[in-house]
Amino acid sequence: MTTATEQLASQLQERFTDALSTVRIERRQVTVELPAARLLEVCRALRDEAAFHFEQLMDVCGVDYLHYGQADWETEETTSTGFSRGVSIGVYQESTDKPQRFAVVYHLLSLKHNRRLRLRCYTEGNPPRIDSVVDVWNSANWFEREAFDLFGILFDGHPDLRRILTDYGFVGHPFRKDFPLHGNVEVRYDPDKGRVIYQPVTIENRVLVPKVIRHDNRYMIGEPQVEDPRVNA
Amino acid sequence: MPEIRNMTMNFGPQHPAAHGVLRLVLEMDGEVIERADPHIGLLHRATEKLAESKPYNQSIGYMDRLDYVSEMANEHAYVLAIERLLGITPPIRAQYIRVMFDEITRILNHLMWLGAHGLDIGAMTMFLYCFREREDLMDCYEAVSGTRMHATYYRPGGVYRDLPDSMPKYEPSKWHSAKEVEKMNENRRGSLLDFIEDFTRRFPERIDEYETLLTDNRIWKQRTVGIASVSPERALQLGFSGPMLRGSGIEWDLRKKQPYEVYDRIDFDIPVGSNGDCYDRYLVRIEEMRQSNRIIKQCVDWLRNNPGPVIIDDHKLVPPRREEMKDDMESLIHHFKLFTEGYCVPEGEIYAAVEHPKGEFGVYMISDGANKPYRVKIRAAGFAHLAAMDEMVRGHMLADVVAVIGTQDIVFGEVDR
Repeated sequence: MTTATEQLASQLQERFTDALSTVRIERRQVTVELPAARLLEVCRALRDEAAFHFEQLMDVCGVDYLHYGQADWETEETTSTGFSRGVSIGVYQESTDKPQRFAVVYHLLSLKHNRRLRLRCYTEGNPPRIDSVVDVWNSANWFEREAFDLFGILFDGHPDLRRILTDYGFVGHPFRKDFPLHGNVEVRYDPDKGRVIYQPVTIENRVLVPKVIRHDNRYMIGEPQVEDPRVNA
Repeated sequence: MPEIRNMTMNFGPQHPAAHGVLRLVLEMDGEVIERADPHIGLLHRATEKLAESKPYNQSIGYMDRLDYVSEMANEHAYVLAIERLLGITPPIRAQYIRVMFDEITRILNHLMWLGAHGLDIGAMTMFLYCFREREDLMDCYEAVSGTRMHATYYRPGGVYRDLPDSMPKYEPSKWHSAKEVEKMNENRRGSLLDFIEDFTRRFPERIDEYETLLTDNRIWKQRTVGIASVSPERALQLGFSGPMLRGSGIEWDLRKKQPYEVYDRIDFDIPVGSNGDCYDRYLVRIEEMRQSNRIIKQCVDWLRNNPGPVIIDDHKLVPPRREEMKDDMESLIHHFKLFTEGYCVPEGEIYAAVEHPKGEFGVYMISDGANKPYRVKIRAAGFAHLAAMDEMVRGHMLADVVAVIGTQDIVFGEVDR
């Protein structure tokens, strides 16, 4: 399988020299990042050209990179200072190279060549927009509606961009990282009005397990393991 | 002349044939469907968002509640994604146990599908027959995990515990006398493997019984042959997978094409249909049950002869045994850290897919190096299938909608997530 993924990566680089920003192999899967402007053109080629032949679009999903690499506890210097008792969201920030906030990730499958490909495309503007691939693969229809519903990403050229998973009349995009886990509204039956009403939530969010980022050298992929100084001493 | 207008009809959300909470808005011309607009999301629980707020292991139980008739297959994809991010491989015995339970799950799922599908289009007996066998398989779930449905049995690094040496037994009650209970417990005297082996011996005959009732049944054929035919080209365009794709004649099965665990060591065949209609998909699923039975048999034989560990021995990821924890300080620390904070998964992303009974079930996971996943996306087969509902029912009669819902094998736990 490893040789097949390397072959795919080099084929992609040859064919789309200028259209792709990066081609990476990570854990035996090929990931391609490309600018939103070239998306449709590249997708058509990936579907139709014999060398690629990705007949199936298995998945489309939105990703919100707002809190990427942010942790609630600082772990590097706690040996000298100790942990704080309280949890403060996003106190620790890893340096990341994520330029934009929203991305759309496509998972393609070629039955003919038996291989997979992941495309990542950062969206542009506010609200985030990107071209729809419904015309290339019809299966994108509901997946794009879902990404619109949950992340508020607009797909240009989608025939029927309605909410799909949330309630009728829902406000907001619940999978954005700044949308609280418990939501904004709750429903209850109001005996005075004689109907079910929406009201602001009365519960507070509790963090049961703080998010921490620890670097474990055993799982550093592609980098040499840090030598233990005690071994040679 | 009175004006003739199309009628819009509301099907569900609480309709016994909707297999859960599906609201279908149907535009009808007489009894013929012109357009179907499925409204989903009535069972949306934001599983993916919940998983982002919890350490990795605490979300395994949520996976059971996605497709709640094939729980372990969901767990499998989720656990596989974590394992691939961590770069660990479970011991070989755990892999065989997983394959065996994946196939038990497949039979469970197909029995549920067959029973419900039959009931929907007029074969009442099927429901009772299928649930008889499901009961036995759920007892296997119970023996191994303690619960009949939501098992949480697969863990990153293996499975929670080894197969038990004894089966739970019936006890006399005011409904069953001691003599009756004696008879009911006959095949439960040995270990779980004995019980499963006994099941694989009698199950092919049971499938023959189902087929006697349905395969050549005139009514069954009238309701399924030529209904909702999907061409192979359209099936690919619409993102079909699993039996829906194989029913249209495309030989594609992740267990064969992209084998995970020990599927490459096991002998089984992939059935394919030719017309892509409801009847072909029925035949495909029936044959899949026979093949699953074959796989289970091979796993039982292997598991009998090859004892060994069922989970990796790395206490940074897997909690130590409880006895060790009681008198070993290091084990206590490991235990404490794992159950309060969990483990950190190296930065990266992965898409892990398994051949779920309903099709390709994938988990796309992004980790930023923390103890919780940064993003989990669940690719449920039923979601893509239901999206094709409009195309499949167009031009058919109202009664065929029920047959199409049945043939798609929709479960709202996974569609709505």
